[in-house]
Amino acid sequence: MNADAASRAGYRRFLERRSFIEMSARERVRAVLDPGTFREMLGPFDRIKSPWLPLQGIVAQADDGVVLARGTLQAKPALIAAIEGAYQGGSMGEVSGAKIAGALELALDDCARGRLILPVLLFETGGVRLQEANLGLAAIAEIHAAIIALRRYVPVVGVIAGMVGCFGGMSLAAALCTHLIVTPQARLGMNGPEVIEQEAGIDELDATDRALIWSLIGGEQRHATGFADDLLDDDADAIAAAVRKAFSTAPASAPARSMQVERYVELLRNIDPNLPPDGESLRRLWKRGSPP
Amino acid sequence: MSPEANFHAESGFGPESSPSSRGRVWFDALTGGAGVISSGPRSVCVADVALGSETARFIAVVPDAQNRFPRARAGEVGLDEGWALARHVRATMAADSTDGKAARRPIIAIVDVSSQAYGRREELLGIHLACAAAADAYASARLAGHPVIALLVGKAMSGAFLAHGYQANRIIALDSAEVMVHAMGKQAAARVTRSSVEKMEKLGEQIAPMAYDIRSYDKLGLLHKLIVGVEADAPRGIDVDRVRAELVSAIADARAGAPDLACRLTSPAARKTRAASIEVRRRLAEQWRSPEQSQSPEQSDVRL
Repeated sequence: MNADAASRAGYRRFLERRSFIEMSARERVRAVLDPGTFREMLGPFDRIKSPWLPLQGIVAQADDGVVLARGTLQAKPALIAAIEGAYQGGSMGEVSGAKIAGALELALDDCARGRLILPVLLFETGGVRLQEANLGLAAIAEIHAAIIALRRYVPVVGVIAGMVGCFGGMSLAAALCTHLIVTPQARLGMNGPEVIEQEAGIDELDATDRALIWSLIGGEQRHATGFADDLLDDDADAIAAAVRKAFSTAPASAPARSMQVERYVELLRNIDPNLPPDGESLRRLWKRGSPP
Repeated sequence: MSPEANFHAESGFGPESSPSSRGRVWFDALTGGAGVISSGPRSVCVADVALGSETARFIAVVPDAQNRFPRARAGEVGLDEGWALARHVRATMAADSTDGKAARRPIIAIVDVSSQAYGRREELLGIHLACAAAADAYASARLAGHPVIALLVGKAMSGAFLAHGYQANRIIALDSAEVMVHAMGKQAAARVTRSSVEKMEKLGEQIAPMAYDIRSYDKLGLLHKLIVGVEADAPRGIDVDRVRAELVSAIADARAGAPDLACRLTSPAARKTRAASIEVRRRLAEQWRSPEQSQSPEQSDVRL
């Protein structure tokens, strides 16, 4: 095949590709599960809504912005929880948080009894919903607890596709996953750029400097520096395949990133905060898979 | 001005005046300066000292005006703090791993943390992972049978509390106006929501999860015990004895219960305020198995 034909084939693939980012949370779950196996739990018709938003004059959505479904991945029982970034910025309130934590707890019960459930989390979240503050934070702690307990039995696979990204307490949930998949449109950070600028000043971080933000917390950067395992194009089929591959290849006994304490203590010891690296130089220092 | 004085002026604190903190006061009071483990950053205090009839590991995050990361000098949980917490907790687990579960040391997180560190370096170098590592270590210790108790003596804010304390089997708190729990500091939350501190306070009076004070937090049902009548700023001997007794009692309660966080949903206050959290779990359990599966629950026994 000559270069021209190759580029035409690449362009055709690009056109045929289904964007994952443009899908709603519910469509994303369907795209990842084996065809025809999607069975939603606590869907919109169950009408379990936020009890706190209406008290503040905000209309509560009937699924509180989280889609939970059982189904299969390569014919094995699976659970997928997806956060809808278009509703309240994908924020975690009491109900949305309890849906994710409660589903992971049920998967844990099954796994502990020898019935393996493959858990997948599709993140798209700004973190705690400030209108439900302490109950959102408490639910996030329960999500962390469930991931850590579940991970002893089965890999927990996370996906951050974009465009909201994954922030706040939920960035810790992403970090706790056994395997994390990102796209170049994903951002993963604890504190949103606007919050850092407000709290620490514009000299610390100019939240309008998009190139700088992406060089710090963008999907490519996170993958290049070892904070994510797979970097994939915005392609629903590729993401669905990568989720399956993660379950078939992730060794259950390998320590999750958040357990690699000595490695990261050593990596940080070699960083001089007075001469901090920029995104580009950190890619050289913390190259994927390199020993400290 | 000498370079050193200038350095401290910039960081906002004098050389020896790391702002005294509730965390430091209670760490010193409960450990009496004994059994201190001096490794890792000075902002993470660790000591193994007697508590009741056994030895417990006490851990606190305190301000350090000379912290090498400027954004973590006021008692925030920063990169070094998150990883140091993980390291100190996992060291305890490793040391006790050959003991029976009943003999594993209690771990006491003394909580007075104003926030996670907000900064450019922090994001680049993965503060989300540092905080996750700390949460992971505390939760893993809990699952391994260590009673983990969070003692709230000051602020328990947001990501910092997720990293240091929120994975505990039991959370206990001093009843004091300066003891606060929230997802975001009051000023920051007001700025982010384009509201005012006054409006935030008003909202907190009407909506329990929006409040900052520990008495409102107690209504959510997440606390094991609110300790009233203790002098929180300058504890007397009688106050320290009282808190030690409450820690011993919380440890016994943790050992008698499951190593998960289920107790946060079963208290009378939780049944009322966290009714939606309970209802979600109840309905989810009903829907967990498909109708076909419910008839023969063992048929889904599959391995990877």
